[in-house]
Amino acid sequence: MSESDRPGKFGDYGGQYVPEVLMPAVEELVDAYERYVLDNEDGFVDDFRSRIREFGGRPTPLSHADNLSERYGFDVYLKREDLLHGGAHKLNNALGQVLLAKYMGKERIVAETGAGQHGTATAMACAYLDMPCEIYMGRTDVNRQRPNVFRMRLHDAEVNPVDVGSGTLKEAINETMRDWATNVEDTHYVIGSVVGPHPFPAMVRDFQSVISEEVREQSRERLGELPEAVIACAGGGSNTMGAFSAFVGSAALAGAPEGTQDAAPDVDLLAVEAGGSSLGVDADEGYAPNSASLSTGTEGVLHGARTKLLQTGDGQIVESHSVSAGLDYAGVGPELAHLVDEGRVEPVNVDDDAALEAFHRLSREEGIIPALESSHAVAYLEQYDGDGPVVVNLSGRGDKDLDTVVEESTARDIDGAPTMEVFEE
Amino acid sequence: MSRSDLADAFTDDSALISYVAAGDPSADATREYVEALVEGGSDVIELGLPFSEPVAEGTTIQNAIKRALDAGMTPDAYLDLVRSLDVDVPVVCMTYYNLIYQYGTESGPEEFVEAAADAGISGFVVPDLPVDESGPLYEACREHGLDLVFIVAPTTTEERLDRMLDRTTGFVYVQGRLGTTGARDEMSDDTPAALDRLRDADVPKAVGFGISSGEQAREVVASGADGVIVGSAYVDLIAEGVENDDPTDAVAERLRDLAAELKAGATASVPEPERK
Ligand SMILES: Cc1ncc(COP(=O)(O)O)c(C=O)c1O
Repeated sequence: MSESDRPGKFGDYGGQYVPEVLMPAVEELVDAYERYVLDNEDGFVDDFRSRIREFGGRPTPLSHADNLSERYGFDVYLKREDLLHGGAHKLNNALGQVLLAKYMGKERIVAETGAGQHGTATAMACAYLDMPCEIYMGRTDVNRQRPNVFRMRLHDAEVNPVDVGSGTLKEAINETMRDWATNVEDTHYVIGSVVGPHPFPAMVRDFQSVISEEVREQSRERLGELPEAVIACAGGGSNTMGAFSAFVGSAALAGAPEGTQDAAPDVDLLAVEAGGSSLGVDADEGYAPNSASLSTGTEGVLHGARTKLLQTGDGQIVESHSVSAGLDYAGVGPELAHLVDEGRVEPVNVDDDAALEAFHRLSREEGIIPALESSHAVAYLEQYDGDGPVVVNLSGRGDKDLDTVVEESTARDIDGAPTMEVFEE
Repeated sequence: MSRSDLADAFTDDSALISYVAAGDPSADATREYVEALVEGGSDVIELGLPFSEPVAEGTTIQNAIKRALDAGMTPDAYLDLVRSLDVDVPVVCMTYYNLIYQYGTESGPEEFVEAAADAGISGFVVPDLPVDESGPLYEACREHGLDLVFIVAPTTTEERLDRMLDRTTGFVYVQGRLGTTGARDEMSDDTPAALDRLRDADVPKAVGFGISSGEQAREVVASGADGVIVGSAYVDLIAEGVENDDPTDAVAERLRDLAAELKAGATASVPEPERK
């Protein structure tokens, strides 16, 4: 088999660029993925589907956003991953992987986290399935997502702050890979998005594909048709791929309902990236004031895969920025990079201020406090120029972001933001 | 295939392979350190080209890479440094794949391999490039007469080992323990078993990850290694020098002494112990 034909490639993207010490574990995981996830061996997928219903609370609703629909003049539906147990889509993947680790006989879980949602979901799944769990989180993210740090600890996970670099997701991934390399014989690394070496991008997509399966079924029931567009925010891209996969025809989780596996080329797929404060990259400073790797990145190799990256001309990875911790990452999933090159997914972006405004708009007008990540997808509605109906994947709820939002909204004088000043002494 | 520069470095007695990060804390300092390490008895220099995401590295080398990047080390400055080295041992480039892949005007490893060969590099160690993804770099190395060194880990399966040995020239890098780089006080219990698996491979075997003293070097060679690879123990001395603002010469002197101790350990003739 030639190297470019090996499984785990999406066009030129993907692959398995990891230290040799991890390769046998990666191969073992490929085998487990093929047997349990793709072939439903020992009823693994049935077990997963039943647990994500019972423990997770699936299916999540597809809610008509009455006031937003009126505002924009077309029907806006929200796919309510914020109502999944734990408050974000991350549980779909975390539960899937921790369960898989159980089936594989692993004894310990490590994970990285940015916003803390993935760490929380992993810690929850580990408590539920009785697995010891250790989480790495950049120091900046520990400081801006404190409620999630405490939630992880409530579930008895150990949380290790990572002090190097800008202390965000990229550094947390590096550190988790080091832990995995040291403890690889009994440890599974629950990676938090559709990134990393094969089989992670495909496997995480499959666990998240329940989102778009449900969107298809619910659209048929509610709208009698498929939506005109699906809009999802893209950090690493797991809620994005979860929301898109059944429309691309790449959903592979066994037992998907009839009619949710065929490509639907008429549905527009919009990946909303964090435009941060500006779209430029300051290569000299090694800094990009955004996390828009799909729209502005270049091809390279990071964290196990070839994909689109924010990097200098020399190939040094630059620090990214987003007001939302979960989008603050210099890379993106390889399949998403490929779908963008193929023209199937359109990368767009909104900046920090627009995301904050959308955060307040949804809170005020629909009674839903969205995660700052998801606020990017909601903010894109301001630019959307179709006729609808559109589905916005509300990847998570915003409780974790309240401190950041108070601080940033005040500092930036964001439209429509309530102030807390009158309550302060 | 003709024997390579790297394999030749193993012909006389047990080899000492010494790693430092290029540009830590400056290119000029690195030049002096490399020369001192060769005076101390190093048979091969493994010169790190710093990458911003060194996932296979422990804290010591991570910090060294950060110092080097902060001081402005780049792939071009690295090649200049290699060209300016006044040493008569082979120099191996140790770096991560993205830097090799990005160099020049087109994506892919060819341009960097050509430039590296031109600057006098004898081979590559690329810790995030397993044999499975190594085709393009392997081809480019063959074309320019460079060795591509693979790392054999304690976890490596027989089947993977065979595939690696098929593409190995120069030497095999035997990772002595699980985890990342970093100096340790004792030889890992895994090392003899790792070497046993390679007994029949017709290529020199060098053990790295954790070696920091002449005594450890002696034990590793007694277990059947043809050489030892040492990095973090030197980098610890460099870091100490940076912290205390020591003159480069003084740090170079300590590096020379440590290399001499390691080389003496590696070459101390000890009878091979009986193994089951
Ligand atoms: C609610 C929410 N949405 C989106 C993301 C971004 O991740 P991904 O792009 O993998 O969905 C995160 C990450 O933490 C998140 O917490």
